[in-house]
Amino acid sequence: MAEAAIELVGINKSFGAVHANKDIDLTVPAGTIHGIIGENGAGKSTLMSILYGFYQADSGEIHVGGRRTVINAPSDAIACGIGMVHQHFMLVHNFTVLENVILGAEGEPLLKTSVAKARSELERLERDYGLEVDPDAIIEELPVGLQQRVEILKALFRGADILILDEPTGVLTPAEADHLFRILRQLKDEGKTVVLITHKLREIMAVTDNVSVMRQGSLVATRKTAETTVEELAELMVGRRVLLRVEKGEAKPGDFLLSVRNLTVKDSRGVTMVDDVSFDVRAGEIVGIAGVAGNGQSELLETIAGIRKAESGEVTLDGRPVDLTGGADPGDLRRRGLAHVPEDRHTMGLVLPFEENENSILGYHGDPAYLKGPFLDVDAIRSDARDKIEKYDIRPADCRLRTANFSGGNQQKIVLAREMERDPKVLIVGQPTRGVDVGAIEFIHKRLIDMRDQGKAVLLVSVELDEIRALADRILVMFDGRVVGEPPREASEGEIGLLMAGVETREAAE
Amino acid sequence: MDAFNTVILVLDSTIRLSVPLLFAALAGLYSERSGVFDIGLEGKMLAGAFAAASAAAVTGSAWLGLGVAMIVSIFFALVHGFASITHRGNQIVSGVAINFIAAGATVILGQAWFRQGGRTPSLGADARFGAIELPFAEALRGLPVLGPIYAELISGHSLLVYIAFFMVPFTWWVLFRTRFGLRLRAVGENPAAVDTAGISVAWLRYRAVICTGVLTGFAGAYLAIAQNAGFVKDMTAGRGFIALAALIFAKWRPLPVMVACLLFGFLDAFAIRLGGTPLPIVGRVPVQLMQALPYILTVVLLAGFIGRAIPPRAGGEPYVKER
Repeated sequence: MAEAAIELVGINKSFGAVHANKDIDLTVPAGTIHGIIGENGAGKSTLMSILYGFYQADSGEIHVGGRRTVINAPSDAIACGIGMVHQHFMLVHNFTVLENVILGAEGEPLLKTSVAKARSELERLERDYGLEVDPDAIIEELPVGLQQRVEILKALFRGADILILDEPTGVLTPAEADHLFRILRQLKDEGKTVVLITHKLREIMAVTDNVSVMRQGSLVATRKTAETTVEELAELMVGRRVLLRVEKGEAKPGDFLLSVRNLTVKDSRGVTMVDDVSFDVRAGEIVGIAGVAGNGQSELLETIAGIRKAESGEVTLDGRPVDLTGGADPGDLRRRGLAHVPEDRHTMGLVLPFEENENSILGYHGDPAYLKGPFLDVDAIRSDARDKIEKYDIRPADCRLRTANFSGGNQQKIVLAREMERDPKVLIVGQPTRGVDVGAIEFIHKRLIDMRDQGKAVLLVSVELDEIRALADRILVMFDGRVVGEPPREASEGEIGLLMAGVETREAAE
Repeated sequence: MDAFNTVILVLDSTIRLSVPLLFAALAGLYSERSGVFDIGLEGKMLAGAFAAASAAAVTGSAWLGLGVAMIVSIFFALVHGFASITHRGNQIVSGVAINFIAAGATVILGQAWFRQGGRTPSLGADARFGAIELPFAEALRGLPVLGPIYAELISGHSLLVYIAFFMVPFTWWVLFRTRFGLRLRAVGENPAAVDTAGISVAWLRYRAVICTGVLTGFAGAYLAIAQNAGFVKDMTAGRGFIALAALIFAKWRPLPVMVACLLFGFLDAFAIRLGGTPLPIVGRVPVQLMQALPYILTVVLLAGFIGRAIPPRAGGEPYVKER
C-alpha cells in the first residue's frame, strides 16, 4: 500500500446536540482517488470541512503526508497542499476567472505582476490537465461546469497535491460529470490524491480506487472499489436500523383524493428536480415516497402544497385542480382539505419564538372560531391549544411556553396536532420523525395510521426506509427526480435500497 | 464677461462644497465595498470636525488638528467595526448610534471645554489649512478664459481640497490594482470565498473600516479647520447622508462618486449664489426651495433615474460560517 496522503485519527465534531462526526479514523493512500459515500447528513461534508480547516474538530488528529498537522484555518490546509472544491462554489460572482484564481494567492501587494504570472500558470495548467477556461470571463456568465473547473484551477494554482471535491456532480449534467471524472483520473496520473464526496454509487464505482462509507456520523466501512459491489455499498449506506413495529390492519382504499400527473419541477438554477412524476393517493391509504435525500422528494412535496412553482404537469385535489403556476394560496388549499406537515419544522412549520398556543393555530388563525371581531380570541386559542396538548401528549403541558423550548419530538407533535385536528381530506407529511425521540416516533406513527383508518389520503415522504416500510400501503421510490419503481409490499430492504441508489435505472439506461 | 465671472465663482464654490462630500463618500466606499454598511459617516465626520477644531484651538496647529480628527474618527469606525464585524450586530443600528453619540458628545464636550455654547474658539490662520497659490496663478490671471480658470478655479484652495481630488484616482488604483483592493472587493461580495482562500474576513473588514475612519477624519477636518474657522454644533448638516446617496448613485465606483459629489456641490453652490435673486421666466425662487434641491434630487435620482444600483452582495450581512 502506498504512503498515506491523509490520515485522520479519532475525529469528533458536534454542532450543539448533533454529533456530526463520531470517532472517525480514515486513511487515504497517496496518488489514489478515494470516495466517501453516505446519505445526506451522514457527516461527510463536516469531516472534509474539518480537514480543510473550515471547522475545528472537537478532538482527534490530522496527519498530512505522514506528519501530524494542526489545521486551524483554510490557510493552514492550503499550506499543507490541500485544496477543496466546495459543494456551493466559493467564487466571487462578478470577478473574472483570473481574479478568482489569484484571490488569496496573489503573492505581491500589486496585482500587475501576479496577474501576469497567474495567466501563464493558468495556461500551463490548461495544457497539463485539459482544464480550458477563458481567464478573462466573468464567473456569473459561465455555466456551472466551467465554474467548477475554476474551483479546481484555484486549488491547483495554490499547489494542491490533495484535492477534496464535495458532491461535485450535484450541479452537473451527466456529460459534464463524465468530463470531470476524466480530469480526476488525469490528476491521479499526475500523482495527485483526490477525495471525492458523494451520495451517488454510480460515481464511486466509476472513478474511485477505494471507498469509505459514512452513516449517521460514523465511518462504517472502507473497501477497495474493485472488491466491493453496489449492493454491499447500498446496504452499508442505508444501514440496518431498528425496525419499528407498527400495528395496522389492511388498507381499504376508497376514492382518488390526490392525483399527480406528469409533474416536472425545476429549481431556481434551472436544474430539473422533479421529472415527469405521476401517481395517485386514495382515501384510506398511505403512499410512501422513499429515496435518498435530495432526489426531488422535497420539491415534490412543496409543489403539491402550493409553495413551489411547477414547470408542467397537473395536481388534482379531491377532483379539482391545484394552481401550479406559483400563484397557489396555501391557505386556500388548506380550506379545500389539504394539510401539510413540512419536512423542516424549524424553517416552515413553526415560528420558534412564538408561544405554543400561537403556533398551534398558525395558518388557521383566520378561522372564525379563533376570532372575536377583528381580534384574536386568546381564550379560545388557548383552550384549543390545551385540548391538543392533552390529546397529543405534548410535554411540557404549557401552552404559554415558547415553542423553541420544546424538544424536537414535542415540536413535531405541535405541528402534527395543528394539521391533523383540522380533519383534512388529504395529509401530506415530510420526514415526520426527523430528530424525534423513539417514544414520540411510535406515537406519531400511530396517529398516521389512525388518519388512514379514518379514510384520509396520506402522502408520506421520508428518507427513513424503515418508516416507509412500516407505514406505507404502497411504496414509490424516487431517484434523481423520477419515480423509478413501485416495489411490492414484500420487497426486501435490499431491493428497495438498490432502487433508491438508482441502480436499476442505470442498468436500464445502458 | 460678468456672466463668465459668475460661472467661475459658482464652480469655485462647487469645488469647495463638494470636498467634504467627496471625502465622506470615498470613506463609505471602502467600508461598503468590504460588506460593512456605514450609515454613521455623518457622525464620524462630525466627531472628526470637533476633534480637529478642538486640537487646533488648543495647539494652534492645523496638522495636529488633522491628526487628532483622524484618530477620533478611526476610533468611531473601529467601534462600528467591533459591533458589526466581531459581534455581528445590526450595521444600521450601530451606525445610527454613532451618529447620535457624535451629535451629543461634540456639543457637551465643546461646552465643557470652551464654554462658547458648543462652539470651539475661532481659529487663527496658523491653526487652519489656508489657500495655496499654485505657481504662476497671478501671472496667468490676465489671460482670457484660461487665466481665471487657472487662478480662481484650480489654484487658491487649501491642501485638503487637492488631497480629496487626489484620493479619487488613488482609491480607484487601490481598489482595482492592488491585492488589498481585490480582497476588499471580494469580501464584500462573497466573504466565504475569501475565508476559504485562507484570508481572515474579520481582519480584512477591520482594515476597510480603518480606511473609512481616515477619510471621514479628513472630511471633518476640512469642514472645521479649512472651510470654516472652528466647530459649530451640527456643522455636518446631513452631508454624511448626502455622501451616502452619492455613493449609491455612483454604484460604489470611485470616479462616478466624484461626479456625484460635484453635482451635489454644484446644487449647493447654485442655491447659495441665487438665494433671493430673481431668475428669468420663473421669477423669484424661494431660498428654501433652492436649499432643498440637493435633497429633492437625491429622492428623484434614487427613485430610479440611475438604473438599478446593485450594492455589494454581502453588504449589511455579518459573516457567519454555515451552521
